[in-house]
Amino acid sequence: MSTSASPVAAAQVIRPRGPSAFRRFARHRLAALSLVLILSLTLACIIVPPLLPFSDTEIDIMQRFAGPFTGPHLLGTDPLGRDTLARLLMAGRISLSVGFSAMAISMVIGIAVGLYAGFYGGRIGAILMRFVDAMLCFPSIFLLLAISAFLQPSVGSIIMLIAATSWMEVARLVEAQIRALRARDFAVAARAIGANDRRVMFRELLPNAVAPIVVAATLNVAHAILAESYISFLGYGIQPPTPSWGNMLENAQSYLTSAPWLAIIPGAAITLAVTGFNFIGDGLRDALDPRQEAR
Amino acid sequence: MEDGTVLDVRNFSVNFGILPAVRDVSFTLRPGETLALVGESGSGKSVTSLGILKLTPPVPFCRIEGQALLRTRKGAVVDLVQASAEEMRGLRGREAAMIFQEPMTSLNPVHPVGAQVGEALRFHQGLSKRAALAQAAELLDLVGIPDARRRLGAFPHELSGGMRQRVMIALALACEPVLLIADEPTTALDVTIQAQILELLQRLQQKTRMAVLFITHNLGVVAEIADRVMVMYAGRVVEQAPVRRLFHAPLMPYTRGLLRSVPRPDFSGAEQPPLEAIPGSVPDPLAPPPGCSFSPRCGHFSPGLCDSVAPPLTHAEPGHLVRCARWADVAGAA
Repeated sequence: MSTSASPVAAAQVIRPRGPSAFRRFARHRLAALSLVLILSLTLACIIVPPLLPFSDTEIDIMQRFAGPFTGPHLLGTDPLGRDTLARLLMAGRISLSVGFSAMAISMVIGIAVGLYAGFYGGRIGAILMRFVDAMLCFPSIFLLLAISAFLQPSVGSIIMLIAATSWMEVARLVEAQIRALRARDFAVAARAIGANDRRVMFRELLPNAVAPIVVAATLNVAHAILAESYISFLGYGIQPPTPSWGNMLENAQSYLTSAPWLAIIPGAAITLAVTGFNFIGDGLRDALDPRQEAR
Repeated sequence: MEDGTVLDVRNFSVNFGILPAVRDVSFTLRPGETLALVGESGSGKSVTSLGILKLTPPVPFCRIEGQALLRTRKGAVVDLVQASAEEMRGLRGREAAMIFQEPMTSLNPVHPVGAQVGEALRFHQGLSKRAALAQAAELLDLVGIPDARRRLGAFPHELSGGMRQRVMIALALACEPVLLIADEPTTALDVTIQAQILELLQRLQQKTRMAVLFITHNLGVVAEIADRVMVMYAGRVVEQAPVRRLFHAPLMPYTRGLLRSVPRPDFSGAEQPPLEAIPGSVPDPLAPPPGCSFSPRCGHFSPGLCDSVAPPLTHAEPGHLVRCARWADVAGAA
């Protein structure tokens, strides 16, 4: 019976693939549109400001309250005659980088806590997860404001603050995923060939939880942008003259009737960015859903 | 530990808190030998196999007792029960490997099979990624996967169940372990594929002289591959014998019940006696019956004898162990 390398159906070579994750994402119209929008917004914030004829801090008292589309200032000017478009894009740099950095930090914390608690469980896992629950009990906006009142506001401290109040959801999500995956046969099989804990965690378990983590990361950016806007709007965040979408809104408050564009423009930017990230999150959720993959 | 044995398990017990899952199991395995471990669900056969490699689920208060002496390839004897987590990691995969029941779930869905097979080689032999992949291709070829080199990049979901089980076998045997624990490796497969997998395992065993602990509830598979059989019931070994002896002269009433509940290919047509089921069900491990744990279901039950003391495992004949107070009467009644 030495010829037991029996012919196994050759049909298996054909890969039974459904549409790729990318195709599924592209089919989600709003998500695809949002992705284009977010990419163009990000690119505009990076590339356009140096090309504009006005800098974001250039004061021109003669030109105060110029309306949009009325003169050389495309989107008008603010009470000090600064160009709104330049400020909007410079503010976008701050707001988007706060969003992405806060997301990155909160993902690192959340994944680390969730992975550890989910994999080891037991007493330490329980303590970690109860700590997560306790953190979630605080209304995060008040927590943010309370802490920011004690800190010297700067871009760095705002990022840390937002990250510190938004990692818990990720930790919960990852903990639940890892706890479910840990008991799966392939995790035991990996240990049966001599893999150590770290290898099982990072190589076997975490890659299987990537889909929900990516979705959470996207939604986290939206949340962080919104949080930065709240804090700056309430005056505890990014301090003038550095613009951010939130503090542009704050400045616009007193001129809501006389110069409404000052509020509408940064408001629209926040809305577009936040809803954009939310739609991308939705699209990714659908595209990465393992149940839709041909298995 | 006796010379010429690979694995010597003595008084091996696994407890989950107050729940005794495996009690006082002892057996030995020699190179090239296959010991089948038979029993119904919940009899403790899987826990025994996982317990030997200390892969039992990480529940609190899981206690493993007794000894499980493994002779490594270099001749050193290690007690797996006492070994540290670090030592166990070095032994698993290299000296003792395991294959599982469900080939659908025992491979990681996100990694290509070549990388998974090569992984053990990278842990234990420190091979580079490239060398490991090259060797993985040879291994896949060895387990009968056609066009192995091209399959290295295939993901588990692109392979059929039988192919996946072949990959699992390649993965387990990558470092040529001295002991292979196969936990129902054919249960989830089609009958034709089952036969191929069994044949493959036998061929590889002849080649590497590894000892195989084969867990199954399929008596047909036992007859096919085992040298010796160990029957477990309610966490205990109730009978152990060479395979022929067990099929032709079973002594424990439970074993006899098992054999009577499956059709025998060696009886044809009218000779085939009607199949019988064993009445009742497995006892609650937290409230075991007094005396022999099989006594409430046993046709040879004798009041006062079977329900008072748990019978010891006795030598009915050299190499034939049985745990039954009335085995002599049972043998006579047959």
